[in-house]
Amino acid sequence: MKTAVEAKTMTLVQAITDALDIMLNEKEEVLLLGEDIGKNGGVFRATDGLQAKYGEGRVIDTPLSEAGFVGAGIGMAVNGFLPVIEIQFLGFIYPAYEQIMTHASRIRMRTMGHFTVPMVIRAPYGAGVRAPEIHCDSTEAIFTHMPGIKVVCPSSPYDAKGLLIAAIEDPDPVLFLEPMRCYRSAKEEVPEGKYSIEIGKGNKLMEGDDVTVITWGAMVPEAMKAAELMKEKNTHCDVIDLRTLFPLDKDMIAESVQKTGRTVIVHEAHATGGVGNDVLAIINDTSFLYQKAPVERVTGFDAPVPYFGFEDHYLPTPARIQHAIEKVMKF
Amino acid sequence: MENHFPIRRIMDENGNIINSDYEEKITEKLVKEFYRNMVRIRIFDRKAISLQRQGRIGTYAPYEGQEASQVGTAAALRENDWMFPTYRDHGAAMTFGHSLRNILLFWNGRNEGCVPPDGKKIFPPAIPIATQIPHAAGAAFAERKKGTANAAIAYFGDGATSEGDFHEGLNFASVFKAPVVFFNQNNQYAISVPFNKQMNSKTIAQKALAYDIPGVRIDGNDVFMVYFETLNALERARKGEGPTLIEAVTWRYGAHTTADDPSKYRDQSESSNRRQETDPILRLERWMKNMGRFDEKWVQTIEKKAADEIDKAIAEMEDFPPADPAVIFDHVFAEPTWQIKQQKEEYLKLIGGGQ
Ligand SMILES: Cc1ncc(C[n+]2csc(CCOP(=O)(O)OP(=O)(O)O)c2C)c(N)n1
Repeated sequence: MKTAVEAKTMTLVQAITDALDIMLNEKEEVLLLGEDIGKNGGVFRATDGLQAKYGEGRVIDTPLSEAGFVGAGIGMAVNGFLPVIEIQFLGFIYPAYEQIMTHASRIRMRTMGHFTVPMVIRAPYGAGVRAPEIHCDSTEAIFTHMPGIKVVCPSSPYDAKGLLIAAIEDPDPVLFLEPMRCYRSAKEEVPEGKYSIEIGKGNKLMEGDDVTVITWGAMVPEAMKAAELMKEKNTHCDVIDLRTLFPLDKDMIAESVQKTGRTVIVHEAHATGGVGNDVLAIINDTSFLYQKAPVERVTGFDAPVPYFGFEDHYLPTPARIQHAIEKVMKF
Repeated sequence: MENHFPIRRIMDENGNIINSDYEEKITEKLVKEFYRNMVRIRIFDRKAISLQRQGRIGTYAPYEGQEASQVGTAAALRENDWMFPTYRDHGAAMTFGHSLRNILLFWNGRNEGCVPPDGKKIFPPAIPIATQIPHAAGAAFAERKKGTANAAIAYFGDGATSEGDFHEGLNFASVFKAPVVFFNQNNQYAISVPFNKQMNSKTIAQKALAYDIPGVRIDGNDVFMVYFETLNALERARKGEGPTLIEAVTWRYGAHTTADDPSKYRDQSESSNRRQETDPILRLERWMKNMGRFDEKWVQTIEKKAADEIDKAIAEMEDFPPADPAVIFDHVFAEPTWQIKQQKEEYLKLIGGGQ
């Protein structure tokens, strides 16, 4: 819920900085760890100015060692701190994979709640910014597959701030994915001060009775463009930004697809094993008999995210999304 | 620890030979080769930065200041050795025979950029930090198993020595006596993090102690030292005596990449001082002048030749056929899976390029 307090126009990355600032200010236990986040303010400037404000003891430049600082983050989290860790790019999270998959995700379960890991891992992700290879991965699905970690992915400045605050306050580990393409592409009014958005809840961005378009992160603007264009053809879409990839907003998905009976899922990650398949499973489980057409998926291909010379081919475009919308309409 | 691992050098800043053991080994041919290659890769580096600024290539990682480290090591390799560079070591790669056009294609976001010339065992540049170090250990171990005298070299920065892969790679190579040289370019910064915040160790060379392999610390701007120490390490490797860790102390003048602004975290005046004092090319030039071997005309000729060669490579890169989207699908598996076949067919049809 947007509140009536003072608001400020911000980009997504500024909203992240704002959320971190608020939480550093509010709780002594919050601290930031990562590469180049101090003096340099992070390669995307998400932590700009925070070390100057809170000191080197709270905004900590770590050695170049993802397994080291994620593992240490787990140790700090079980011992009273609330670490917010920055991975420079999602494609560089893999050295820390073991720590996330085999430890962060299951310490609560292994100790029956005696030890818990209230830690946030922030990671910029996605193609479309002409970054070098491996900087562009969107491998969220390998994390949603592991129970015990929540996976959040905002697409707008307002959501980024509210969701990050919720993630920091969440008692469990949260992987917080930041779509690089959206960092500075749009600005919006963001309330000053603290507010949070519930993790696990999607956001309906457009109402329409014909087709449900379900997406998240950097694909939200593309899906919105496609839905706008479809209006001219008198096809009206419900556009859902999932915002959280684990746990999925089952109710919102079911409500919408039962209304429209036609669904297009859009994500930039690879198709096989992608989160889109979990959305499909929810549709199957909750709304099978309402379906008027097979669900279409518009995704990245089952090939590594190509070098930037080809990334325009790899990423779903409004044209590809429209094509899928037309297909479910015509079925 | 600095006392145990003093910075070794053959030539001082003024171009004087201070270690006479090597005097005879410094041949005219070698000197010319070093100089020519260092000038060549410097011109390339500057040109690449300007291409990036003009939007003709993507983000680029410069190495200016590290020419002696890259040229000296590459010159010590034999034809059949393996090279495992990072995103910053294309100077080493082109000295070892990589195609300039392909290096430019790499920075222009094209797959062809990772393909070395036939017969050249140059691995694609490592983008994640330190992950190439175990690869080099493995490729070298394989050579040893095959009974060849071939060796491998892995390049990495100071920051890379904080990653687990660095330690795992060194340990593996040490246990199996893999013929590999671990070549560290300690350029003092890992993006914004200075050496003394990256590690509490005073040197990188000392990290070799943990694995019971030789660790040496050298002046990475002294091309003679780099060359002879690498040669020495490679020789030991070929004889079955296992890996060596070399720490080459150097300095990168410019930004981490063209997407980075070093003025935020380091004093750039340090770079201009170093340019005048410890620059690897200038130092060799001083040596040549001291020896009465500096030939202005020859320098002009090689500069011109390098610039022409680079311009030609740029033209080739720019004339290269536009990206064919089929490439995205064609090299994922030897035999494409049904998903890839289907996705390729549908996509090419959609964009009107397919069957
Ligand atoms: C695993 C991983 N984490 C983070 C990065 C982002 N990154 C790219 S270069 C770099 C600094 C590397 O420093 P160093 O190893 O000293 O080499 P240099 O670039 O100075 O040559 C970082 C943090 C990365 N590429 N891989």
